[in-house]
Amino acid sequence: MTTPDTTPANWIDVAYLVTGVLFILGLRYLSSPKTARLGNRISAVGMLIAVVATLSQGIVNWWVLGAALVAGAAIGIVSAQRVKMTAMPQMVAIFNGAGGGAAALVAAGELLKVYNAGTAPTYDVSFTSVLSAVIGAVSFAGSIIAFLKLQEVMTGRPITYPGQQIVNAVILLAILVCWGLVVANSPNALEYFWIALGCSFALGILFVLPIGGADMPVVISLLNSFTGLAAASTGFVLGNNVLIISGALVGASGTLLTVLMGKAMNRSVTNVLFGAFGAVTASAGGGAAKQHNVRSVTADDVAAMVAYANEVIVVPGYGMAVAQAQHSIRELADQLEKRGVDVKYAIHPVAGRMPGHMNVLLAEANVPYTSLYDMDDINGEFERADVALVVGANDVTNPAAREDKTSPIYGMPILNVDKAHNIVVLKRSMNSGFAGIDNPLFDDPKTVMLFGDAKKSIDGVVAGVKAL
Amino acid sequence: MSAHLLTELTIFILAVFVGLEVISKVPTTLHTPLMSATNAIHGIVLVGAILVAGTADAPFNAIVGFLLVLLASLNVFGGYTVTERMLQMFRPKAPAAKAPGDGAR
Repeated sequence: MTTPDTTPANWIDVAYLVTGVLFILGLRYLSSPKTARLGNRISAVGMLIAVVATLSQGIVNWWVLGAALVAGAAIGIVSAQRVKMTAMPQMVAIFNGAGGGAAALVAAGELLKVYNAGTAPTYDVSFTSVLSAVIGAVSFAGSIIAFLKLQEVMTGRPITYPGQQIVNAVILLAILVCWGLVVANSPNALEYFWIALGCSFALGILFVLPIGGADMPVVISLLNSFTGLAAASTGFVLGNNVLIISGALVGASGTLLTVLMGKAMNRSVTNVLFGAFGAVTASAGGGAAKQHNVRSVTADDVAAMVAYANEVIVVPGYGMAVAQAQHSIRELADQLEKRGVDVKYAIHPVAGRMPGHMNVLLAEANVPYTSLYDMDDINGEFERADVALVVGANDVTNPAAREDKTSPIYGMPILNVDKAHNIVVLKRSMNSGFAGIDNPLFDDPKTVMLFGDAKKSIDGVVAGVKAL
Repeated sequence: MSAHLLTELTIFILAVFVGLEVISKVPTTLHTPLMSATNAIHGIVLVGAILVAGTADAPFNAIVGFLLVLLASLNVFGGYTVTERMLQMFRPKAPAAKAPGDGAR
């Protein structure tokens, strides 16, 4: 038995404990929109305590620290305030990448310090610092690619090439070998560390490249989880409990969301990451595009349909975000509610480019969150609805997922839009959706199509309703 | 593995369970703010950044230090600001909306 450690606790460690507790409480308050803001502030106070406690330790490079802190804060706050709500997935990706990159560099810095002092790191430190650097660098590079895809700087379609998985496997192997050499304290350990870091950076890029835009909710969640784990392993390197606790919380959150998103697409996470979904199905569907026999209507026709309805369910998708149509939809809902029409919103878990994307956009347009319904809560309601108004959503409404065993999305839970009495689909054109999958909903005799930019179309419907 | 690392691993694993428990109670409507809030929380790596950068002496370390404090600080301040902005928008009922109770879950 060991004797109990009786050295008095360092007050800084006490401060870190308080921070950990405040982070957990902050997340706890996120369980309701009513308390969520308080939660975010509690979490921010926790962060402040940890940073102040850390600054009170023997810091020498004040000018470096101060300059970096102020510059980072300025860039962070200004960009966070300016960013449009529709660009939120990109913003989250960037902050995520920043965190991952920082974690990798902390590990690198700590390892450099040990080598510069002319000593060999312990196995614990070398093992965890490579771990932290690898996960952090993958997260950093992956987040940048995710950002570029979401910002549409590069194509959102999957980028594939022959032997992709083999290349990734070779890079992964190289990382593992370098990792082993660093831990084994080879004479060139530092060089191997840099190679591992570089390979991880490349791997981060290569693993996000083949993932299509529609799968972004999974990727963003997964990258979030990676950054959390990178922060936690940095905690192992530095022996710092607050980093370990916070990293674990973020890792748990990201993992949970990743699994939820996968379930909402009826696909395993490995399938999303390595399936290059969009590419395969696009080539399969591209050759034999099915002829559609659709009914196209005008905005005034739609206005008459919704204005005399009892209940209208709006089904938003990524197309709503692209067209910035959320404010027009809110205006339409206001007009309809004035006429006594009940308006509800059906939100599919993977609608948009990140978890909860549609909810944030509609909240921005002042739609009360009490009108937003999850898939399971609203699916029974469609058969009572007079009109289902599908705005820029496609695959999440595709009945083939329920009925057609040959469809690539067979088994994916969908919104039962086809059960509504009438269906209005707002679409830019008859081009197939992102994944290139045929949607029999458009051929349904109950369905009418309103072609054009979603915002302009909805504005037209609003004008039509007002004129009635 | 040292005894110290084992203790840290214990803390890590327990914190994962706490995280799963707490986060599974977050409603889907708040999933974007949740991502953003956890994004801000992993900005805690700023603490590590300060520890490494604040005591670095070699010029190379100072450059790495500056970069990493910059990244972590961007992560922290940006993350909290954007979460706050998002959460401000979530309202149960906008003014002049429908009668109370109508449309509530």
